[in-house]
Amino acid sequence: MMKKLLLLAAIALLAFALWPFVRDVGLAEPGELATAYLERGPAELGTANVVTSIVVSYRGFDTLGEVTVLFTATAGVGGLLARRKSGHGKKKAAERGATDASEILKTASRLLSPLLVLFGVYIFLHGHLTPGGGFQGGVVIATAVLIGLLADPEAGLAHGVMHVVEGLSGFAYVALGAVGLWFTGVQAGFLDPRFLPLGELGRLASAGAIPIIYSLVGLKVGAELTGILDAMKEDAE
Amino acid sequence: MLDGRTTLDLVIGFLGLLMIFAAIWSVLSKRLLSSVLLSGAVSLLASLVFLAVGAPDVAMTEAAIGSALTTMVFLYSLSRMKAEQDAHEDGGAS
Repeated sequence: MMKKLLLLAAIALLAFALWPFVRDVGLAEPGELATAYLERGPAELGTANVVTSIVVSYRGFDTLGEVTVLFTATAGVGGLLARRKSGHGKKKAAERGATDASEILKTASRLLSPLLVLFGVYIFLHGHLTPGGGFQGGVVIATAVLIGLLADPEAGLAHGVMHVVEGLSGFAYVALGAVGLWFTGVQAGFLDPRFLPLGELGRLASAGAIPIIYSLVGLKVGAELTGILDAMKEDAE
Repeated sequence: MLDGRTTLDLVIGFLGLLMIFAAIWSVLSKRLLSSVLLSGAVSLLASLVFLAVGAPDVAMTEAAIGSALTTMVFLYSLSRMKAEQDAHEDGGAS
């Protein structure tokens, strides 16, 4: 009884604490900082999508942190799962008694996977124009690979290619950030994309180096998450 | 006549209620599989809420990671647990 009362009190307290956010949801005026971002983002960096200008450039260091966190998590999962896998040999699907994927899933995956990869590439290439960016595009690419893995459990991934893509894009991302830091000018910061011409607002080739930076992030995230899924799949077998 | 604000509030309230129901159901559910799928549904509804309040970037992340990838990782873990259980029931380690 006492436990339930305490639980109810905790829920009520949480609801009371969060109520202002619910009440003021949606249509509040942007604050001073948000207004500054909204006004200066398109003018300074040439991005139609203000979120991208914040994620890639104004708060570039935070994004570097996110990429590092993701990398560490992937390395951790890969390390843990690889160590326990080395004990026993890999069994064939038939020996495990696994059932074959249905014809519908196989056909749909053959149709959908390439389209999903294309959509993922579209998302991160247009990160400076439309919603989304490197992270979202990378995850969409990983889902494309996932559908392929579900449809054909015997399919193997080209691990070498994945590692090369991941390593190279990660390195290039940090290198581009450093280039922005050193070569843009007096007011430059880490991941300043303005060492390339800004171009015209709303064009694909605009916003300086942002499309390149976000493409690198997209490739890296896609390769990492694909690696996690592949490790989990091989471990589950 | 409903103005924009009221419609938005109604949509968010409806989605929020659905989220709460799905969350409670996923905790109370006796089958792990339905728990996993329902927590994925909570994420999907959350991404709809984000879309309704005008945050499409966050909505995309939530839909892709929260409802697709996390659910898949949980499903793989479930199948792994099941394989382990089967091995034990067969009499010891494989």
